[in-house]
This record gives sequence, C-alpha cells and structure tokens, in this order.
Amino acid sequence: MVEITKAPAGFEGPGFFATSLDKAVGMARKNSLWPLPFATSCCGIEFMATMGAHYDLARFGSERMSFSPRQADLLMVMGTIAKKMGPVLRQVYEQMAEPRWVLSVGACASSGGIFDTYSVLQGIDRIIPVDVYVPGCPPRPEQILDGVLKIQELVQNESLRRRDSEEYKNMLASYGIS
Amino acid sequence: MATLESQTIIDALEQQFPGKVVAVDHPYDFLTITIAHGSIKDVVRYLYNEPSFSFRFLTSCCGMHYPDAPQKFAMVYHLHSFTTNFRIRLKAFTNEDPPVFPTLTDIYKGANWMEREAYDFFGFRFTGHPDLRRILNMDSLEGWPLRKEFPLEDPFRKDKDDAMFGR
Amino acid sequence: MSENTKLHPNAPERAAVQEKEYTILNLGPTHPATHGIFQNILKMDGEIIVESEPTIGYIHRAFEKLAERRPYYQITPITDRLNYCSSPINNMGWHMTVEKLIGVQLPKRVEYMRVIIMELARIADHIVCNAVIGVDSGALTGFVYLFQEREKIYEIYEEICGARLTTNIGRIGGFERNFNDAAWEKIDKFLKEFPGVLKEFENLLVRNRIFMDRTIGAGPISVEEALSYSFTGPNLRAAGLDYDVRVMTPYSSYEDFEFAIPVGTNGDTYDRFMVRQQEMWESLSIIRQAIEKLDKISDKTTFHADVPEFYLPPKEDVYNTMEGLIWHFKIVMGETDIPKGEVYHAVEGANGELGFYLVSDGGRNPYRLHFRRPCFIYYQAYADMIRGNMLSDAILTLSSLNVIAGELDA
Repeated sequence: MVEITKAPAGFEGPGFFATSLDKAVGMARKNSLWPLPFATSCCGIEFMATMGAHYDLARFGSERMSFSPRQADLLMVMGTIAKKMGPVLRQVYEQMAEPRWVLSVGACASSGGIFDTYSVLQGIDRIIPVDVYVPGCPPRPEQILDGVLKIQELVQNESLRRRDSEEYKNMLASYGIS
Repeated sequence: MATLESQTIIDALEQQFPGKVVAVDHPYDFLTITIAHGSIKDVVRYLYNEPSFSFRFLTSCCGMHYPDAPQKFAMVYHLHSFTTNFRIRLKAFTNEDPPVFPTLTDIYKGANWMEREAYDFFGFRFTGHPDLRRILNMDSLEGWPLRKEFPLEDPFRKDKDDAMFGR
Repeated sequence: MSENTKLHPNAPERAAVQEKEYTILNLGPTHPATHGIFQNILKMDGEIIVESEPTIGYIHRAFEKLAERRPYYQITPITDRLNYCSSPINNMGWHMTVEKLIGVQLPKRVEYMRVIIMELARIADHIVCNAVIGVDSGALTGFVYLFQEREKIYEIYEEICGARLTTNIGRIGGFERNFNDAAWEKIDKFLKEFPGVLKEFENLLVRNRIFMDRTIGAGPISVEEALSYSFTGPNLRAAGLDYDVRVMTPYSSYEDFEFAIPVGTNGDTYDRFMVRQQEMWESLSIIRQAIEKLDKISDKTTFHADVPEFYLPPKEDVYNTMEGLIWHFKIVMGETDIPKGEVYHAVEGANGELGFYLVSDGGRNPYRLHFRRPCFIYYQAYADMIRGNMLSDAILTLSSLNVIAGELDA
C-alpha cells in the first residue's frame, strides 16, 4: 500500500484546505531532499549499505543522489576529512544553493574521531556549519537513516524567513562564508 | 622451486662487495643484512640481476628514525625472490641530515611512491628520483611527521588543554 | 596547465605533445565515479587520455604515527580502518604479527576459525569490487542484488564480535569469545544461499556481450610491468602471475587447505573481474573445508591460545579476583613485557600482500610500525595503465583495481 505523507494542520472544509505557506513548503521539501554524498572513507561503505536494498533510503524520498552541489539540498559528509580535503569540502558547501543542510555522519566528520593527528581536521564544524551529527565509528545504517529523519524534521519546521535573518547571516559570516 | 640458503647470499655478497656488509642478523628467521650506506644500490642491483637470486620484487621500503642512536636514519628494504620464495631485508644507515639515498626507481618502478613516502615522512632525499615531492601530506606542511620529535596531535585543538587530563 | 608543471615521468616528450590542442580535465577528488577520493588531472585528446597526474593523500590520517603512540591492543582498531571493506583480514594480520613477535603458537581450532572469518571478509571485499565494476559499466542490478548477500556476512560478524564494518575482531592469541550457535547457523545458511546468488550474478555479466565489450582491453597491464610496480593480489594474478601469500608463505594453517589460484592473461579489467569472481568460489570452498576440519576436532571450546600476558582474562575473573583485575589492568595499560625485535608478517589481504613491519624496542608501543599497503603501491601504476585508453575505461580501471582510500592514504 502506498502511503502518502500526512497533510499539515490547517482548516478544511468542502472544497478547500488552508494552511500556512511555511507548513506546505516544509512538507514538500521534507519529502524530496536530494542528498549529495560526500563519502570519503569507512562511513561511505555504510552509506552504500544504507542505499542498498536492505535498508533502502529511498523510502524517505532521498533516493535521488545529486552529484552536482548546485542541485543538492543536503550535504552528507561521511568519513574522515583531512586538512588537505578541508578546502574542497568548503568549496562544495559554498557551491550549494540555499536552502542547504549538512549532515555530519560518523565520529571523524563530527570531531576527528580517534584520529587526533596533525593531518586530520578535528570536526567539519570548524569550516562549515552542521545541522545534525550522527555518532558512531561507523554508524549503523539505521543511525544514518535516523540522521536523515532528524534533518527532515528540521526541514519541515524551518521558517521560510530563517535564511534571510541577520542571525543566519552572522552565523555564516562567523565561518567566513558570505 | 629452487631453494636458497641464507649463507649462500651472505657469502656471495661478502665476495662481491668486500667490506660493505656491515652486519648480518636473523631476527625471527628473516635474513637481515646491513649494507654500508654507499653500496646499497649496487647490492640491490646485484641481487636483482644475479640469476640464482633474482630478487625481482620489492615488497616495501620505508624509512626509520633513531634519534638517540649513533646512526640516526635508516632505509629498510624488503625484497622477495619469487623463483626461490626467499625474503630478505636490507638496511642502510646514515647520519647526515638531510639523509641522502640513491633511488631504486630505475630497478623497481614501484619504488617511486615508496620513496616519495619516505621523503614525505622523514625528509629523506633520493638522488636520481624523477619526481620527489610530498605525496600524502599537504605541500604546506612544515617538518617531517614520522621523525620522533614531531608532535602527533593536532596543535589547533583547544578542548584538550587541561592541566590535569590534557596533554 | 603551466609550462613547468611536472607531468608523469614516463610521459612522451613535451615538444611532440604540444603540437596539438589538448583538454585538461580534473577528475576528483570528490567525483562520484571515483568511489573514494583520488584526484587525477587528465590531459585529454578528445576522449583519449594522453597523460594523467594522480594526487593522493586526501584522507591521510597518520596511521603509522598514531601506531607509535598506542599500546599493541589499541592498534587493532587502526588496522580496521586500513581496508575497511575487509577489516577482519587486517585485524588478524596484525594479531598474527604480534603473536609472531611474542612467539605464540595457536591451537589449530583457532586458526581454522580465523580462516573462516578471513575468507568471509575476502568475499565481502570482492563483492564490493565486482558489484561496483558492474555499476560503472552500467549494470546497477548486480550491485543491489549482491549487497543483500553482503549484509548476511555482516550479520555473521555481528554474531561474533558485535560490529559490522570496522570489526576489531579477535584478540592477540585468538578470539574474544567462541562462535555461538547463531553464528554457525548463519555461516551455514550463507554457504547454502550465496552460491546461487553468485551464479546469477555471473550469468548476468560474465558472458554479457555489452559487459565484455566495455571491460576487455580496458586498463591492461603486462606481467613484467605489474611485477616491477610491486603489484600483488588479484591484480597481479589477473596479469598472469600466480603469487599468493597464502601459498608462498602460509600463515594460520593455510597449508592445510586445497584451493586453486585463479590467474588471468591480459591483466585488463575483465581479467581482474574474473579473478575476483573465481576467488569468491575458492573462498567458499576454503570455508567448507575449514568447517569440515573443525568438525573433526573433538575440542569445541578452545577459542584462544594460552597467553595470560596478552589475552584479557574473562570478565568474571576481572570482577571477582585480584589476579584477574591486575592482569586486565596490565594488559590494557600495555605494561606486559614485549620482546625487542623486528618482525615482518604478511597476509593475503583482499587486495594483495598486506604486510606489517613491526619494530619493537620493548616498550608499551611499537617503536615503528610500517604498513605495506597494497593499494598504495599499485595505484602508482594507474597513470601508466590508462594512458591511451578512453575516459570511461579509466573509470572502470579504477574500480577494478579496487583502490580503497583508507588503505591508499593510511
């Protein structure tokens, strides 16, 4: 049976349904996220498992990988980001169009993990803002799915004006992204 | 498959390169020969070409750093002869800084990146190497990461600066 | 590209090259077709690759430096992350290196159990590689289908050690616990079901005209070149040399097993695919033999060697007895005596000879630990292999070499 997502709260009567634009847009965005997999190491293999038939990320409307940053909504960073890779990651983030979300999968991407070494970036949040962190080394596919669902929650509830606010602009400026 | 005895190799090397075989050892049944720094390439080439040995396979080569020893730097080569299924480890020590070794890229093509790795990690120079650049680390990195004095941890990390439990 | 940029040393003379207009194409480091992060700057004549310059190190994590600061126990998780498609082989290779250093002889039962796990890991690794070759040549079906079977191998790992991908399986001296009944059942089930799936996968690709056209002749390497570049594993065997560490320097009782070493002739993508495919069948046969041998051993309870200095005592002892607690503490803190010496131990990893060169000065950490990482060594031939090939062949060559970024960059 195909189950269509639930309509947001609103007024309903014969022939009409009224809700706020925020909620309608949030619902649409939530269920059609195009992820950009930025898979560098071990977590990338678990992501392959998440994409596979067994765990099937497609159930949540995210089966369409977008390998072009311009057309992606969700940047999924999976695996260790070395300092050599940092500028590349940042460039990919800068190329993405707003609204954009970032999911940091695994201990390495979130904090450097066990690799507290001279060559590893100690968490991608030093160079780009992150919305959801998924712990684990590597996380199980269920955890990655949970992270995507958490992102969907954020997407659904985000106000349409958030990205124009001073607060958001200041946050980006603090990362040096204009 | 022909078999090879350690003693055959040692005798042959001592005969071919008198005075260049510095030390011979068998740690864990693995023939280890220390060669005088200047002759390492000639020895490898001899072992490669001599038909009864034909060490045609370079398993690995890597640098070593002994800051407290009289000879501070070493290159360790693992060679493998497929015809006799015999493995040999060769070492060459030096004390100059930066250490200079001859390249093996004209004998084994695979030595190219292994020597770049030794350059990247230890700052070893290889004379005659076609493309001696850093390979794994960033070009902007200062210092040689696998030397003992190089700090392991990321110096920009602040959350571990704790007088009691930090570094 | 500027005049002074150094291209590959074996590249044709610059004067001859510059008569024509070439396109510079930057492939990677995040290109989805590269399955990992490698950068290749390609000089293209239309669709033909004239030269390429690889750049690596995008996930360099300083394993060798890290290993100099970790007690022997804590290095196992680092080896997990070398070739993360087949972590158990790395774990056991490391354990065997330490066992060689401290001079421990394992019971046959433990060695056969290790063989089962290592061969399962080899199958898991070859599934990734061959499924991805399928994807890159345009057949996604095989990937989705085979990856379901891979999940079953993960489930076996989970029964044995609790983890899926980075397993940290086994201990110095054996396993942390005996295989339980569920694990044996799952292994049996896998042995029954997997051959059918693998056969179907073969039917899909092996004699498929499109697949053959796309892979035969793509990225070939001659056996002399492969040897000179220190190739090992399936890639060397595809070129035609039957070098296998399991046979040449047997470890973990591999000398007790009967298996064939498949070899190719051309060293191209198709041969590499076929060699891996055949190795999966051989691995299945090795697992069956190991189970048979285990059935003949009357002892069903031994799962580790008797090395109290290195093998963690059971938890009941740690919580209830003083000696147990002391041993546990000593081992975890790396305070047991380790002999001085240097050891080289190699195992046949899924990608070739995975070697551990360990130098111990008797301290709690290795003085130096060098990993002989097959991916790192054979990836340098990539530029030579794809010269004169088309761009799509280069992608297929990369996936058939099975370069794993974690092992490449260490």
